[in-house]
Amino acid sequence: MAQVKEYIGKIKPDWCPGCGDFGVLNSLQRALAELEIPPHQVQVVSGIGCSSNLPGFLNAYGFHGLHGRSLPVATGAKLGNHALTVIATGGDGDGYGIGVGHFVHTCRRNVDMTYIVMDNQIYGLTTGQASPTTEKDIRTKSTPEGTIELALNPVALALTCGATYVARGFSGENLHLAQLMKGAIEHKGFALVDVFSPCVTYNKHNTYPWFRERVYKLEDERHDTSDFRLGLEKAFEWGARIPIGVFYKVERPTYEDEEPALRSGTPLVKQPLHRNDLAAIMEDFI
Amino acid sequence: MPHTQTELTVWIGGAAGDGIASAGESFAKACSRSGYHVFAHNSYQSVIRGGHVCMHIRIGTHKVLTQGDELDYLVALNQDTFARYAKRVMEGGAVFYNTDKFKATGEGLKKDVQLIGLPVMELIGNQQMQNTALMGALMQVLGLDPQAIRELIKERFLKKGEAVITTNLEAFDKGMGHARSHFTPGGIRIGSGDGKRRPLAGGNPMIGFGALAAGCRFYSAYPMTPASSLLHWLVTYAAKTGLLVKQCEDEIASLNMAIGAGHVGVRAMTGTSGGGFALMTEAVGEAAMTETPVVIVEAQRGGPSTGLPTKSEQGDLFQLLGASQGEFPKVILAPRTLQECYDMAIQAFNLAEQYQCPVMIATDLYLAERLETFEGVDLNRIPIERGPIVTQANGAYRRFADTPTGVSPRALPGTQGTIFTAATDEHDEDGIVISDVYTNPAIRVKMMDKRMRKIGFLLKEFPKPQLDGPAHADLTLVGWGSTYQVMLEAMEALHKEGLNVNVLCLRYLWPFQTQEVRGLLERCTMTMSVEANYTGQLVKLIRMETGISIQHHLRKYDGEPFELKQVVDQARTILKTKPAESVTVSVVSDEGLPPDFSPVENPAIGAEAARQH
Repeated sequence: MAQVKEYIGKIKPDWCPGCGDFGVLNSLQRALAELEIPPHQVQVVSGIGCSSNLPGFLNAYGFHGLHGRSLPVATGAKLGNHALTVIATGGDGDGYGIGVGHFVHTCRRNVDMTYIVMDNQIYGLTTGQASPTTEKDIRTKSTPEGTIELALNPVALALTCGATYVARGFSGENLHLAQLMKGAIEHKGFALVDVFSPCVTYNKHNTYPWFRERVYKLEDERHDTSDFRLGLEKAFEWGARIPIGVFYKVERPTYEDEEPALRSGTPLVKQPLHRNDLAAIMEDFI
Repeated sequence: MPHTQTELTVWIGGAAGDGIASAGESFAKACSRSGYHVFAHNSYQSVIRGGHVCMHIRIGTHKVLTQGDELDYLVALNQDTFARYAKRVMEGGAVFYNTDKFKATGEGLKKDVQLIGLPVMELIGNQQMQNTALMGALMQVLGLDPQAIRELIKERFLKKGEAVITTNLEAFDKGMGHARSHFTPGGIRIGSGDGKRRPLAGGNPMIGFGALAAGCRFYSAYPMTPASSLLHWLVTYAAKTGLLVKQCEDEIASLNMAIGAGHVGVRAMTGTSGGGFALMTEAVGEAAMTETPVVIVEAQRGGPSTGLPTKSEQGDLFQLLGASQGEFPKVILAPRTLQECYDMAIQAFNLAEQYQCPVMIATDLYLAERLETFEGVDLNRIPIERGPIVTQANGAYRRFADTPTGVSPRALPGTQGTIFTAATDEHDEDGIVISDVYTNPAIRVKMMDKRMRKIGFLLKEFPKPQLDGPAHADLTLVGWGSTYQVMLEAMEALHKEGLNVNVLCLRYLWPFQTQEVRGLLERCTMTMSVEANYTGQLVKLIRMETGISIQHHLRKYDGEPFELKQVVDQARTILKTKPAESVTVSVVSDEGLPPDFSPVENPAIGAEAARQH
């Protein structure tokens, strides 16, 4: 196995002490090390938010783009060079709020990449407003009398939109999370790993102890990951017991498999710029 | 005795769904294959069935620069087209129509205009082939060789089998035969073509062709008129050429995907119109800040907002100039001809990679969707310049290294030893974000200076702007992009009247060639801008950058292209009156509608189409 330290970036994370994102970063480094994917063959793409600072903390190629737009950049990167291992990372506001349109379409596209969402159910970087996954009636800086909207269900959304690997982890369960990430990266197709990643500064409701009391592992209950309906049912389990683990997993041809331009198998970036078919195209103008 | 000219104009009009575009394209292509020069503009509406469509096709034995103003022959596929345009058909011309569709009288027509009615049902027993039969009659009356159209019919129905080809050829022959036996040859004829089979294309396919020639491997887009035909053209060649064409969920995704592909080293492009570009805005700055090469085509249409979806305008110059927050190097190219669409597409990819910044190609519907003959492009000399790319780490690699040109050698993900993160936050030479905890004013200034330094070097890549026509003139017409050819044709017409006019039409809009443009304008006697917008956006840009105010203005914002006569008349007026004060005139096309025409009270066009289908 490669050393975890090979995946540690130049910059020390600037997250608040105790932030759930540390656990996510550590698990990702461990997963990459266990899979022995050389750092230079990994492209990480993020949006904007506390969690989206992750690429700088990881030793891999990074693209720290716009708020909510990690998935289209990651898609372009993967289609441009499908030899790379492409991982998109970000938060719940980034992926399920401003970027949810891209999330929906990326699920149905089934590009072979992994999406890790550090879901803290709050906007951290902008100092504590409600996010799409903030539970109903929770008071935040932007909802002093409690949120009115229902929380979005990322797992159910991913399932219904066609994601082929849908998992949820908890950053308090590092080793388990690393295994989920390994599975996601190894999976051929679009994989979501939604991670409960508590915000110790702004979310006083969904805290580490709150999750520890509730989460249980699907595999401990012999959950059948090939059963779509069961996965969807589990996605709606919330309250006293909250499942983590792989909800659903299926093999389906990836976008790259079916894309005519990639039939040769050679990544686009390796294909020559000069071409010899221009005269034939010119004939079509006549 | 027929009058033989060096050019003639045919309009084919009807309701959307009548197959105007395909009939018009067949006619245009038949002419371009028979040694004629062609320029066609399709004036259409934003509905699939029922709206008014009229394709203007001008053919010449010499290069024709615009769709032309005058109308020699009209093919009227519905009553509305007849009512609008029949009275404009020139003496000696003809109007072709299907007598099963409506009754026509010669009332109000000019002298010696033939009414050529085809009893389509009686003749071919099938209304669906009315266009084919009418084309036959048209070719007969014009005295053009029908061979090219027959060839096109065979090509078009090749996949449908021999029977379909035969039926269509019969319909064509019967249309010809009927015209031969019942009507006299047209009074307006065109001399013989030179026999050369010329390519025929529009601005969008030429940009697409240029992109392929430049090694573009990735095109992402969301459908939007008038950029959709670029998507359609490219996807036709996708499987054959290994171009990946990705239709996206929106334009935000389109540009972000292209940036993702550009980041890993693929030559990538996206295309849209003004509304889609508005959505892309934030990502324009993303490309600039991460120094990712990307090409964006913006085919303008009438605005604001949804505006005039199927009409042309040069209304987005300031949107392109101002796109995205902050200050950064960017390029705006405005090709003026088909040849320049091809050349500048190649150049756009080169500049994007050499300077690692967003390059925007501004066209408009008029240039993007026209059909025009051209002389072919040189496929043996395609310049490809990628700028510095590091393939092997040589000591510590700094992705955003401060260099004398501001261009830092790129490393493509997958390369060993050159790992970096490209961030939209301000960052240092290593790519480390300085905006959160390490903000350092000195580094910020260094990085801004580094990026902005590229602008001076970019400017050196641009050829100098040139005047067309005499070096010294009494009036200089000033414009940009698609209005180039109408200005050139107006200049020629004015020269024939003995008036001394030249043209300054810009195609490199940003970074602005301040010294060169100022130098040219300072030597001008009088100036008149010609712009397809309300406020004179180029005029503003010129004043902003050079301090020089163009004196007089001709504007058009009705969605239709400038007519030659409109430019000639206003230039002549300015030359004759030499007004001391600035004169601004807006011109409008006559579409044969009363000014108070209401589509609510006049549903006839749509209703007729609905009955037919």
